[in-house]
Amino acid sequence: MRKVYLDHGATTPVRTEVADLVYKYMTDNFGNPSSVHSFGREAKKGLDHAREQVANLIGAEPKEIFFTSGGTEADNWAIIGTAHAKKDKGKHIITSSIEHHAALDACKYLEKEGFQVTYLPVDADGMVRIEDVKNAITDQTILITIMHVNNEVGTIQPIKEIAALAKEKGITMHTDAVQSVGKIPVNVDDLGVDLLTVSSHKIYGPKGVGCLYIRKGTKISNIHFGGAQERNKRPGTENLPGIVGFGLAAELIGKELKEEQERLTKLRDKLIDGIVERIEHVKINGHRTQRAPHNVNLSIRFIEGEALLLSLDMRGIAASSGSACTSGSLDPSHVLLAMGIPHEIAHGSLRMTLGKANTEEDIDYVLEELPKVVERLRAMSPLYNKKQ
Amino acid sequence: MYTDKVMEYFTNPVNVGEIEDADGVGQVGNPVCGDIMKMYIKVKDGKIADIKFKTFGCGAAIATSSMATELVKGKTLEEAKKLDNKQVAEALGGLPGQKMHCSNLAADALKKAIEDYESKQKEVK
Ligand SMILES: Cc1ncc(COP(=O)(O)O)c(C=O)c1O
Ligand code: FES
Repeated sequence: MRKVYLDHGATTPVRTEVADLVYKYMTDNFGNPSSVHSFGREAKKGLDHAREQVANLIGAEPKEIFFTSGGTEADNWAIIGTAHAKKDKGKHIITSSIEHHAALDACKYLEKEGFQVTYLPVDADGMVRIEDVKNAITDQTILITIMHVNNEVGTIQPIKEIAALAKEKGITMHTDAVQSVGKIPVNVDDLGVDLLTVSSHKIYGPKGVGCLYIRKGTKISNIHFGGAQERNKRPGTENLPGIVGFGLAAELIGKELKEEQERLTKLRDKLIDGIVERIEHVKINGHRTQRAPHNVNLSIRFIEGEALLLSLDMRGIAASSGSACTSGSLDPSHVLLAMGIPHEIAHGSLRMTLGKANTEEDIDYVLEELPKVVERLRAMSPLYNKKQ
Repeated sequence: MYTDKVMEYFTNPVNVGEIEDADGVGQVGNPVCGDIMKMYIKVKDGKIADIKFKTFGCGAAIATSSMATELVKGKTLEEAKKLDNKQVAEALGGLPGQKMHCSNLAADALKKAIEDYESKQKEVK
C-alpha cells in the first residue's frame, strides 16, 4: 500500500545527514561544552556553529539565540519571563484566542499570578485584526504575543504591523514562529519582533530542541535556575546532539526554502482545488492566500474527524483533525471555534500538512481515496441526506 | 489505541442503514462531544426482528453502535433494554478510557427506539 504522510505540522522526519550528525555528537563528540579539555572544546565548537546556523535562518545575531527543549519551553519562557521581568511596568498581556496551548496555558498561568490577559478574537479566516490589537493596548500592557503562522489552519498573521504598534508603546513583542520558520521567509528585523520561538522537529531536525530568539536588550527573566549555560539565561547541560542537529536542519532548510515554498504551494492548491471539485459540502478553513504553503484544512460536513482519520489511515494516508473525538479534551479545536465555525462542522475537520517527501502522485492518490472514504462515512451518517 | 475488534467493527460495521417502516426510532446526541446516533427497530412477537443504525461520530461510536445492534438482534425487548455500555465495550475487547462515553450513545439510542415503539403501541390500544 502507498504510504502518504500528510502530518508535517505535527512533526517531520529527521534528515539522514542530520541524524548522522546527532549520532556523531552522542558518540565521538560526546563532550560537555563547559569542560576545558579537548572533548569539551570540540563540543563547544559544535554548539557555537549550531547557534550561527540557526541565527542565519532567521536573520539574527548568534548571541541572540538561546537553545531550549523545544517550542513549548520557548513560548513559556517568552511569556512568563517577560511578565516577570516587566511586572513593575504593568500587568497586562495581549494574545490571541488561536495560539498554541504552549502560549495559551502560559497566559492562563499568569492570570493566576494576577496578570490580566486579553485574548483577541479572529475573523472567519483566522486572522487577528490590527484594529483589535490597537484597541486592546493600555498603558499597563507589557507584552503582545501572537503566533506567526497558526498550526491548525495555516493563516499568516500580520506580525510586522502588530510589532510596529508594540514598538511605538515600548511593549515587548513575541511571536511563535514554529510553523512559519522554514516554510516562509522569516527575518526577525523585517518582522520587528523582540522574541521569537523556533522548534527543531518541524524543520526535519530532532525533537526536544528549539530556541528562543531574544533581541539584544530585551528584558526577560529566567524560568529555569542552576547554571551558567546559554549566557546565564537557560541553565542545564546543553542537549548538544539535539542542538547540532537543529543547527544543520536549519541551514539545510534555509537553502531549500524558496524552491520548496513554491513547490508546496502548488501541491497545496492542487489538493484544495481537487477536493472542492470532487466532494460536495466542503469548507476550506483558514485564509485562502495568506496561508502557509504546507497547510490544508477543511471541514467535510456530516462526518466526524476521527472516523475520517482512521479510514484514511487504513489507506496509508496520515493526517490530523480538530475534531473533539481526537483531542482527548472532547472539545473541538479552539482555533476553529474561535473562527466562528459551528461545533458540528469543526467536528468534521481534516488537516493535511505537506512536506519535503510529498509528490504530485501523493496528491493524486489522496484525491482518489478521500472521496471514497467520505462517501462511505456519509452513507452511515444520520445527518447526511443525498438530496442536500 | 483501539483494539482489533473495534477496528474490525469500524471497518465493516454490520446493520448500518435505515428501516423505512421501522416500528421504533430513537435518536440521541452525545452531550459530551456532540456526536449523534439514530437507531431503527422492527419488532415481531416482542422481539427485535431487525435493527439498523446511523452514526455521526468517532470510530468508537461507529464500532459500538454496530456491536450493540448485533448483541440485541433477536432478543426480547426486555432483554434489549438491559443492554448497557459496559457490555458493549467488553464485547469489543475494551475501549480507551476517554472513549467510554461514546459507547453510551448506542445503549441510549436503543432504549429510545424501544420507548418509541412502546409509546406507539399504547396509542394503538
Ligand atoms: C505553533 C506551535 N507552537 C509550539 C509548538 C510546540 O513545540 P514543541 O513540540 O517543540 O514543544 C508547536 C508544535 O506542536 C506548534 O505547532
Ligand atoms: S462519540 Fe464523540 S468522541 Fe466518540
